[in-house]
Amino acid sequence: MSRGLDVRANERHFVELKDYIESIRDSQGLLMQTLHKAQEIFGYLPIEVQKFISSELDISLAEVYGVTTFYTQFNIEPKGKHKIGVCLGTACYVKGARSILDQLAKELDIEVGQTTADNLFTLEATRCLGCCGLAPVIMIDQDVYGKLEANNIPEILAKYRD
Amino acid sequence: MDKVNLTINGINVNVPKDYTVLMAAREAGIDIPTLCFLKDINEIAACRVCVAEVDIKGQAMRNLPATCVLQVQEGMNVRTNTRKVRNAVKMNVELILANHNRECLTCMRNGSCELQKLCDELNINHIEFQGTKRETKIDELSHSIVRDSSKCILCGRCVSTCRDLQEIGILDFTNRGFNTEVAPAFDYSMKDVPCVYCGQCIQACPVAALREKSHIDEVWDAIDDPDKYVVVQTAPGVRASLGEEFGLPVGTDVTGRMVAALKRLGFDKVFDTNFSADLTILEEGTELLARVKNGGKLPMITSCSPGWIRYCEINYPEFLENLSSCKSPQQMFGAIVKSYYAEKEGIDPKKIFCVSVMPCTSKKTEANRPEMEVDGLRDVDVSLTTRELGDMIKQARINFVKLPDENPDSILGQYTGAGAIFGATGGVMEAALRTVADILTGQDLEDIEYESVRGIEGVKEASVTLPIDGNDTEVKIAVAHGTANAAKVLEAVKSGEKEYHFIEVMACPGGCVHGGGQSHVSAKARLEVNPKTKRADALYELDKSLALRKSHKNPEVIKLYEEYLKEPNSPISHKLLHTHYYEQKVYEVEKEKEYKELMARIK
Repeated sequence: MSRGLDVRANERHFVELKDYIESIRDSQGLLMQTLHKAQEIFGYLPIEVQKFISSELDISLAEVYGVTTFYTQFNIEPKGKHKIGVCLGTACYVKGARSILDQLAKELDIEVGQTTADNLFTLEATRCLGCCGLAPVIMIDQDVYGKLEANNIPEILAKYRD
Repeated sequence: MDKVNLTINGINVNVPKDYTVLMAAREAGIDIPTLCFLKDINEIAACRVCVAEVDIKGQAMRNLPATCVLQVQEGMNVRTNTRKVRNAVKMNVELILANHNRECLTCMRNGSCELQKLCDELNINHIEFQGTKRETKIDELSHSIVRDSSKCILCGRCVSTCRDLQEIGILDFTNRGFNTEVAPAFDYSMKDVPCVYCGQCIQACPVAALREKSHIDEVWDAIDDPDKYVVVQTAPGVRASLGEEFGLPVGTDVTGRMVAALKRLGFDKVFDTNFSADLTILEEGTELLARVKNGGKLPMITSCSPGWIRYCEINYPEFLENLSSCKSPQQMFGAIVKSYYAEKEGIDPKKIFCVSVMPCTSKKTEANRPEMEVDGLRDVDVSLTTRELGDMIKQARINFVKLPDENPDSILGQYTGAGAIFGATGGVMEAALRTVADILTGQDLEDIEYESVRGIEGVKEASVTLPIDGNDTEVKIAVAHGTANAAKVLEAVKSGEKEYHFIEVMACPGGCVHGGGQSHVSAKARLEVNPKTKRADALYELDKSLALRKSHKNPEVIKLYEEYLKEPNSPISHKLLHTHYYEQKVYEVEKEKEYKELMARIK
């Protein structure tokens, strides 16, 4: 369950989304287009936004939610300032990516796909990042960290906590 | 319709070209197994149990197509009983079972489960696949419906029923792959979503992933409590379905045996909701006449169906004043038994425990609504479904089929044909017309069968000319069953396209006889028999067999007014038998108030 959206602070975003929906009303595939736009505007798709879309498009909330949870590009949780991607490609996996991921989850006290309470980090599992020679690899924003061991994690995270 | 020729298992078949192979096979007497298939509601080829080997004019189709969605073609050759098909079907079911909570022995659907039956038919005696099972989530927070993800086989029958048949859509497939779950949005409990608890999803579910919340134990406890005076009422629709729990044909009227069984279960008094259905007609009919004469809010809409009430409260709050203020017969009965009856018999009303048996799952929620009490006494203490009563009778080891017919207790047990037909779509309207026409004409009319409001057409309209204040007035009526049809009628009224005086709505397609609490009829059995019409026929037959067929002729109801209520819509009637409606909160968000204000601003 996502945290409550500050509805008032987002008023102009709702208006922007409504205008967008009006502009495409006659086109096909309204729901997907609207969800993409909504995520662009709000950064993620919390219940308040999905409820709004459900009512504007006259599609049940269950169906809207079904679509947003089916496609991995849609986020229901807000994203943190820093995105951590843990490569779970084959090479990284056999080199112990799982223990890196577990260590990150433990340090951050969140699960894959979630964001820390301070909105600093979002933890994600990714496919091959294309630098298998460095396995196991993680990426934080645009920085790549390779040949990792679980005990390197606290030190790396500390850099982003300043 | 043009016809095509095809061969199924070597048999030549000639069928209309819009047939599916599955339907063509049925005509040829070939039984293809199905699981997710629910005719006209869910035809989505999800379970892969109905697959067959098919070639068209010698050209083999790739893989094994699902026959439930495969349209017939000229020159098709279908084989349903080859080693390849048998192995594939068996493996598909084994894969479903690998992720299914197989606690059949203690499952509510033991004996009526379509998956269990399929396993028997397919001779499945071993499940090769032992793997991770999806996380179990059980939502039993609503008063009516329990959702158990461990039993769900993702067939989608409930999703289609809720979305396409009822046009409510509280359930859908969420997440993906192994984590797919049929659930409401954002993991809301069914208590907090626009579910009206009609239970049509339970009727659609082949397993026990959706089931009623059981209240049998509370009833046994009350029966065993020497300090409690336990009375039971049974709704009109129950008697047309209860027999199915004991193998009798769909739509067998078992009124007499039902009464006998209830007496043997140990209830102190066995009454009948048909009695309070008659009472409802007097209250509701009088309310209608008052609205017509005094320029009250019209159209007036019936309020017997709690699923409909909740639907209206959530989706059409602008029509709340149109709803009759009458409580439903279930609630009226409870209010009368704990006031008039208690007084008359000298029983402390606090000791009376009122049980209702309903064809309905929404009645459980209705009985629990905070306003459904008088002077701190709940109208109805426990509401059971037809299925639950069947379970109690089985538990008590009563040989139901061989029971003699018995009569309900007096008073509050007598009813007319008008009360009996309340369970079928159009029944409340017809019952009301019988009484209203008599009152307005001052005659005892003989022509009382209003055929135009009978049957299972989605929306039925009629007009009746009645003398109101000395002038012949055309009274326009409509009958809708199923929430999708109710919405159609309300939209037409809203837009000004239609004008009515009186509308009957029942939340379930077919009315209460096809309610969410009735005996399960499998998808396969429904191809042979329509429970909506069969059970309605039973009620109309019962109506015909009765000497009294108009609510206002019910001697016990007449007595109730003479001795206690004085007249319909009197102050005491209002206190006991009438209620009010209000908007329901659904899909609430953390900052609900701000959200609603914002929505109002930017509309």
